Amino acid sequence: MTNRILFIIMLVAGLTAPLYAYPVFVMDLLCFALFACAFNLLLGYAGLLSFGHAAFFGGAAYITGYVTKEWGFGPLLGILAGAAFAMVIGTIFGFLAIRRQGIYFAMVTLALAQIIYFLALQMPFTGGENGLQGIPRGQLFGLIDLNNSLSMYYFVFAIFLIGFGIIYRTINSPFGEVLQAIRENESRALSLGYDVDHFKLLAFVISATLAGLAGATKAIIFQFAALTSAHWQTSGEVILMTLVGGLGTIFGPVLGAITVGALSHELSAFGSWVQVILGTIFVVCVMVFRRGIVGEIQRLASRKQG
Amino acid sequence: MSMQVIMAQALLGLNVGVFYAMLSLGLAVIFGLLNIINFAHGAMYMLGAFIALIGYSLLEQWFGISLQIGFWASLLVAPLIVGILGVLIERLFLKRLYDLDHIYGLLLTFGITLILQGLFANYFNVSGTPYPGQPESLSGVVNLGFMYFPTYRLFAIVFSLVVCFATWWVIEHTKLGSRLRAGVENPDLTQAFGLNVPRMVTLTFAFGAGLAGLAGVLAAPIYSVSPLMGADLIIVVFAVVVIGGMGSIMGAILSGLALGLVEGLTKVFYPPAASTVIFFLMVLVLLFRPAGLFGKEK
Amino acid sequence: MFKHWKQGLASAVAMATLAIPLTAAAELSDGKLKIGVLSDMSGVYKALEGPGAVVAAKMAIEDFGGSVLGQPVEVISADHQNKPDIGASTAREWIDAEEVDMITALDNSSVALSVQGLANDKKIITMNTGAGTTALTEDQCTPYGIHYVYDTHALPVGTATAMVKNGGESWFFITADYAFGHSLRDNTGAVVESLGGKVVGNVNAPLSTNDFSSYLLQAQSSGADVIGLANAGQDTVNAIKQANQFRIVQGGQKLAGMLVFITDVHSMGLDIAQGLQFTTAFVWNQNDETRAWSERFHERHGAMPTMVHAGVYSAVTNYLKAVKETGTDDSDTVRAKLGEMTLNDMFVKNGSILPNGTMLHDMYLVEVKKPSESESEWDLLRVVSKIPAEQAFIPLSESKCPLVN
Repeated sequence: MTNRILFIIMLVAGLTAPLYAYPVFVMDLLCFALFACAFNLLLGYAGLLSFGHAAFFGGAAYITGYVTKEWGFGPLLGILAGAAFAMVIGTIFGFLAIRRQGIYFAMVTLALAQIIYFLALQMPFTGGENGLQGIPRGQLFGLIDLNNSLSMYYFVFAIFLIGFGIIYRTINSPFGEVLQAIRENESRALSLGYDVDHFKLLAFVISATLAGLAGATKAIIFQFAALTSAHWQTSGEVILMTLVGGLGTIFGPVLGAITVGALSHELSAFGSWVQVILGTIFVVCVMVFRRGIVGEIQRLASRKQG
Repeated sequence: MSMQVIMAQALLGLNVGVFYAMLSLGLAVIFGLLNIINFAHGAMYMLGAFIALIGYSLLEQWFGISLQIGFWASLLVAPLIVGILGVLIERLFLKRLYDLDHIYGLLLTFGITLILQGLFANYFNVSGTPYPGQPESLSGVVNLGFMYFPTYRLFAIVFSLVVCFATWWVIEHTKLGSRLRAGVENPDLTQAFGLNVPRMVTLTFAFGAGLAGLAGVLAAPIYSVSPLMGADLIIVVFAVVVIGGMGSIMGAILSGLALGLVEGLTKVFYPPAASTVIFFLMVLVLLFRPAGLFGKEK
Repeated sequence: MFKHWKQGLASAVAMATLAIPLTAAAELSDGKLKIGVLSDMSGVYKALEGPGAVVAAKMAIEDFGGSVLGQPVEVISADHQNKPDIGASTAREWIDAEEVDMITALDNSSVALSVQGLANDKKIITMNTGAGTTALTEDQCTPYGIHYVYDTHALPVGTATAMVKNGGESWFFITADYAFGHSLRDNTGAVVESLGGKVVGNVNAPLSTNDFSSYLLQAQSSGADVIGLANAGQDTVNAIKQANQFRIVQGGQKLAGMLVFITDVHSMGLDIAQGLQFTTAFVWNQNDETRAWSERFHERHGAMPTMVHAGVYSAVTNYLKAVKETGTDDSDTVRAKLGEMTLNDMFVKNGSILPNGTMLHDMYLVEVKKPSESESEWDLLRVVSKIPAEQAFIPLSESKCPLVN
């Protein structure tokens, strides 16, 4: 019930956003919101902390940029190609990383992501420090010109809703329940006969693919694929967004992405103080606010009901 | 490719390797006892370098204290200050997280990293400030036959090796060390034997942090002092740690040194891979020896 | 990440209301003239452009009277952090939401190319003072992009020619690994080869490298006469200092800084930098006019101006002149006017802006003084020779700019 209300609020806010906000900024927020939701699927529901999700976000952006710019793919096909790439490297990463658990898992994903970062820096097609510039926004279905910022906005919003929908379905499926069972008690899940590694890998791949979807979309919006997206700091930021919004809640990551994004935007005139403030929020979240915004609201709501 | 070039690059690789070794040693000690990956280790390394820089050239300007802390004094002061910061972090924050999933420790130290980096990035150029306090006695050049090598770098290599092996010796061959090892290998049992494990934990964290600070001071005259100097290093050190495994102190030291060498030699044979070679090795190790070269499965 | 969203959400809201034209202000499209200074405010190029460029732009506006066509002139500035994506999205928001009329500085070729491309889509003039790559006026030229101070063609003409003539025939490059470094390396290599020299090797170093030792040793073992540093700012400073530590120059090889700024010389010190020859567009103590301006700049900024700082002042001044004379801020009209003007001020004598965006002007080959020759903290350079504009820059007839040929 609460979810339905929240969903309607999100839908209305999303549909009307271009009326009162700079559309490019909102599109950026939507990409990060989807990215955070994808990340949350892994950490919040499967209990796996990946510190390398920027590899999927940034890697997909490069692929999308390349295929739309050099091979003449349309925006939709380009974005799908980017997401597919994220799926492939997600499978490889997942295969390697699930061999280790807990903090090791985090370190391994971080180090693997660093390989992608250096590839992005050094492969000839990525443009290195220059980035992949001049990615065309193109025509959607050959009909709708995405250079129009409103068309672009609703296209991005549609992608966000689709990605969000996939995550919602995944969480509320039997698969999602098994994941949560693994998170709660891995050995118990094992003894119940579940192939735990298989489930973890699948969750990792879905999460990577959707992170890639977000990154690919961002490349089309900004007509740019750049190293920033693949940098480990981006992996850290998506963790922060998820944590602030509420780990393991459906809407938490969306709210977290908006909060962190708007905050960084508001404070950007203060230079590096933004980093200090984000770091402080991180510390506060970890110490006393581990449920995040949505988590706290849910707790209050359930207390009232109970 | 002449032998001369290989030797020269290997020596430079060793130069990098000693920093990997010192940092991965600190991480390993902390991890062993606290089961926490200290993401802020890189920031503590940076902090050590900045304490040396500020102590040498900015005390008067910033705090009106007409005092100059020279390089030698910094080798003591900086690790001490970073160590005290370590105590504070452990006592105020980490202590409260021990009952939770260990990833919260990682996240907390990541947040602390952002704070420290951001603070220094406000006052210092991100591309680095030169450290002017390199002692006169180390400012020359040594002719090694195959190359001229700055005396200071040679000093840094030797000094770090001494620190690393001294740490190893203390841990392996003294009473203090045996308690620590007991704590690392079996914290519950150690507690049961009546040792003050919480205090040991705090001091261990402080020691690991201090080691990072010391590495920072040593690095200051070689690399410019920059707010981001630890950020890029720490991720390589993570890979070093994964490759070495967490089981042994010597493992951390040796894999640090070896990987520095590997990186240096890659620069000779295939330069574009120099920044990724360690990560590829990590993948190989994960495939064939998931616990790391020196590690034991926990 | 979101750092590039320079102004708050509030400004986006303000934009939405501003977009409704309240009153049609005289001749300026939005009732005011806004100049964006987009530069590296915190990194490797901070000293050579950065906050100093904002000072220079403000001085230009103040000297112009603070307003044009009866409307105030504003400056807005941001840090692109040497990241082309951040540069482009900052520029995008400036143009969309802040109604910026002209963007200047842009001291990083990757950033410059991305911003110039974007500004072209949006029909906004860019007056690039900081970036080097000739691509800005060659294959990626735009009708609105102006390249004002120097380019990677002009730099080697003086420096490399002088080095080769003094016996430096074989070259090894240490190159900043992005658009600018590659372009500078290629153009320098072409000059060297045209004079009968040869390029024996190259190694790419990431932008903002702290430790050049391994690159320097590769250069040393190549046995080249000259080690060409195709980088800039703090990178050049680090490379030269470390070459000194490893006794590279004492081994008989020469260092050629292909792009050196007076701030670099100042931070290296004359002991290390003495004798270094390089090409510049501006020497602060060349004559009374430059000295007077530079001392005013020094008073406000705490350092003497680089050629880029002087260039920002000149570019902004001439832009304002063109706006005033045409009575509009319409980019096409102003750009056309700039193309007709002959530029004369303390920075440039008889300069002109070509259709491909190149600002034609003389350059100078300078040499760093010996410590004994220097009379004051900033008395660092001696002019060796003047490089006439037509030699320094690519002639229009050979331009690869699609707008021209």
